[in-house]
This record gives sequence, C-alpha cells and structure tokens, in this order.
Amino acid sequence: MLRDITIGQYFPGDTIIHKLDPRVKIIIIGLFIASLFFINSFYPYILILLFIGIVIKIAKLPIKFILKGLKPLYFIILITLFINIFMTKGEVLFTIGPLTVTKEGISMAVFMALRLVFLITGTSLLTLTTSPIALTDGIEKLLSPFKIIGLPAHELAMMMTIALRFIPTLLEETDKIMKAQMARGADFESGNILNRAKNLVPLLVPLFINAFRRADELATAMEARCYRGGDNRTRLNELKLKNYDIAILLSQIAFFGFIISTRYI
Amino acid sequence: MLVKINNLSYIYNPNTPFEKKALDNINLQIDEGDFIGLIGHTGSGKSTLVQHLNGIMKSTSGSIIVDGINIYDKDANLREIRQKVGLVFQYPEHQLFEETVYKDIAFGPKNLGLKDEELKQRVKSSMELVGLDYDTLKDRSPFELSGGQKRRVAIAGVIAMKPKLLILDEPTAGLDPSGRDEILDEIRKLYLKEGITIILVSHSMEDVAKLSNRILVMHEGKIIINDETREVFKKASELEEIGLGIPQITSFMREFKSKGNDVRDDILTVEEAKEEILKYLRRNKNA
Repeated sequence: MLRDITIGQYFPGDTIIHKLDPRVKIIIIGLFIASLFFINSFYPYILILLFIGIVIKIAKLPIKFILKGLKPLYFIILITLFINIFMTKGEVLFTIGPLTVTKEGISMAVFMALRLVFLITGTSLLTLTTSPIALTDGIEKLLSPFKIIGLPAHELAMMMTIALRFIPTLLEETDKIMKAQMARGADFESGNILNRAKNLVPLLVPLFINAFRRADELATAMEARCYRGGDNRTRLNELKLKNYDIAILLSQIAFFGFIISTRYI
Repeated sequence: MLVKINNLSYIYNPNTPFEKKALDNINLQIDEGDFIGLIGHTGSGKSTLVQHLNGIMKSTSGSIIVDGINIYDKDANLREIRQKVGLVFQYPEHQLFEETVYKDIAFGPKNLGLKDEELKQRVKSSMELVGLDYDTLKDRSPFELSGGQKRRVAIAGVIAMKPKLLILDEPTAGLDPSGRDEILDEIRKLYLKEGITIILVSHSMEDVAKLSNRILVMHEGKIIINDETREVFKKASELEEIGLGIPQITSFMREFKSKGNDVRDDILTVEEAKEEILKYLRRNKNA
C-alpha cells in the first residue's frame, strides 16, 4: 500500500531530457507552472498538453507511471470539480435540490481540474527525469546568487538531498513497524477516526524515535568525514551549461512566453 | 501437527520487470514441540516465509493451516492466529513505544482483551522468562535500558501473548557475544520450561546447531533441506555448495575422523566434542 507512492520518484534513463542541465529543467518547470496560472482559456491547454506529450515521448517515460502518480490526488481533483460545478454563478442548466449547475460552472470545473492535472504531471516530469542529486545540485546553483543576502544555499540543498534520500527508508521502516505491531494484535484498519488515530501511536512513536536516531547517526558519520557545510566545498561533477542546454532554455522561454502572452491577446 | 503449509508461493511485484519469486512452492509441516532452526542466505526467503505464518503477508498461492484453522479462510480470526503464532521481528527493540516497560509488554495481551490481574500476571511471568527483574524494571522507560535489555522487553512483549508457536527472526543480530549467549540461553529455557514450539531464524550455524532438533535450509525461495539437526550437518558438501558452512566444531570432528581416527562425525557442540575426544583417548589408552 505504501509502495504506491511515486511522488518525487526518479525514472532512470539516458535521453536528452535526462541529460539536460538540471538548472535548465528547473527554470523550464518554473515557467511551466507560471504559465499554467496565466492561461485563462482552453486553447493554450493544447500547447501545454503537446509540451507534456513531447517530453514524455522523448524521455521514454511509461504513461502508466505518470497516471499512477496522479492516483493519490484523485480525491483533491474530485473536490475541485465538485466545488467549481456547484459554486459558480451563471446561466443555470439544471438544479438538484439546493444545488444548481451552471454552464460556467461546468466549464470552470473542467478548466480547474485540467490545471491541477497539468500541474502535477508537469512537475512530476521534472522529478521523473532528474536524479535527486542532480536536482539538488541544480537548486543549489540556482540559489547561490542569493548567498550574498545570507541564504544558506548549500545547506538547503543538502537538507533536500537527505530528505529525498530517506523517503524510501522511512516507508520501509513504517511497513516493518506496522507489521511488528500487527503481530502483537494491533489494528490499523478498523474503528472510527478517533480510535484509528489512537491506534497509530504504536506506529508513530517508534517511527519518530528511529528517525531521530538515524539523523543523529548520519550527522555523526558526516562529521567524522569532516563535513562542515558548503564553504570551499568542490564537487566531482561540476554543472556546465552546454550549447544545447542554452538553445533549449531559450526556445522554452519563447514557448512559454507565448503561452503567457495569450492571456493579453 | 501445529502448522501445515501446502504449495505456498509468494511473488514480489508480479507482472512487472522487478518480479521476484520469494517463495517457491513451499510444503512444510511443523509439529508441536519442535525446535526448528531456519537458515539460509540474505534474500533466501526466510523472513518472507515466517511472515506468512501469522498472516501478516498474504501468499500468491497455496494454503497455511495453523492449529486446524485455515488462515486464508474468509472468517478466520487473524487476531486469534497472531496470538497462536508469536512473531519476533529482526531488531524488535525498534518497535518499543510505551512509557514504561510494563505498558509495552502489556500491549499485546491488552489487544487480546486481557485485564487487571491476568494482565499483570502475564507481564510478570514473561519478564521472568526473559530474565528481566519485574519489580525494578516494570516502571522504567524502555528507552533508557541497554540494547540487550530492550530486545528482551520486545521479546517478552510477544511471549506475553502466550503463543503456541514462537518465531524469532535473528534474535541475536547486533548483540555482543555475551548478550547473544544470554538470549539464546533464555530461548532454550523457554522451550524446555514452557514447551512452546519454536522457529529460530538465523545465519549462524553454531547457534542453530546448539538449540534446534530440526533444521530447514532455504535457498532461492525453496526449502532444500528439511531434516534432523544431526543429519543435516552430515550433508556438509551440499551446504557448502550454496555457500553455507557447518559449525566449526562439526567440521573439525569430520576432518579428524577422515584422518583415520575413530570418532563420531555428527558432533554439534564443543561440549559434545570434548566428551567424544576424551572417550576416544581413553579407548586408545586401553588398547
């Protein structure tokens, strides 16, 4: 059950998309997200869909994988649909009891749901095609100009790397503790909400204790190897912008610039 | 007959490129009063197998009958099965969560619906069984105990449910030699005093040889040897083929015999070897 979580997962590959400089990818996804919020009609969505489709195709990602990533968010998407259908005022199509369905409501609901779906798939394209290490490297580099105003870019990136690294470990551990408590007759699946929350104590307490213990051990291990933050730290693989990185970046700036401009045309 | 397993198979990630057969058509019978040593390499399917016995993992195919109940029956009471089959996981001290040792050990029996005096009795007797002093330790926090003590609290938590079959998955992993011997000693006492059927999962041939009367060897999801302990170690070459050894002392005695000395070659412990060699020396002296 816990194995189904795919958010932030990396799908290894050897395509142009995978090899693209992570900084470029992060900027493009930033543009992607921004343009999604500028769009105010259905037509630019076709371009967005095209963009997602082409990236999936080039990066050779299995569609199934992407759809699986949407699964945990079905509920949120449904709520969005529901609220928008019933809460938007306009030309009334029909009424069900106290609820009225309007033409604008339906169009708004579909519009918002699509925005959510695109938002999730778009951002998951970034994590699916970028290894966590490349991703944090990219973030660190992008944030480094802000060091002047005291932003700890390296530390932030390191924290992110560690957090990402421990997601699968913690999931595994949750699974193990759950089983151990079930072997002692614990029940995680039945009862009302209050009881269920109470039943989680035997799971959460050991989980937190182990997480702290792990953090402690990791810190010691890092210090033992003389880790002392980002100053003067060099890296094995320096990020370097290649020509095609720049070409792709510029073309995407133009592309998303156009999408954003459709709002004002 | 306590447990009967028929054609049990378990496949990880079926129908994906990561598909892996963890259990491959296992057939097994466990009788009451057995002390079974389950050995095999990491990834041979030992832990997967024992997690099936109390219904925590559900098999892909096959059936398990525990004490006359088919655990995959729709109306099988899983809680009852988990009471009958106590499972102590690897590093069980990582599952401790209560404020006091008493409360933590009482967690299992409480889930079975026990109360007051009976509960107290269970906690007390299971603490004594694992060698923890009830009066001094019951109100301590389990987190301030030593590693070996924590593990004992965790084991006591399972024993307190009074299982008919107790499974211990690598109970000595990560303990120092004296801690290891103490835990093994307590397991032996538990077996002798309480008459619980035990399955001990281990890497260590030495540990298994000392305690068990039957050994199961697993390799790549299959049980390849299922025999009495003494018989198993006669198959040294078969064991070595899959990268498992026999206890050093057994190996020594076999070597000694192969040099033309007339001694038994099914020795399991240093103590036994001592007796045998003394006997051998006396015989030679008389001759």
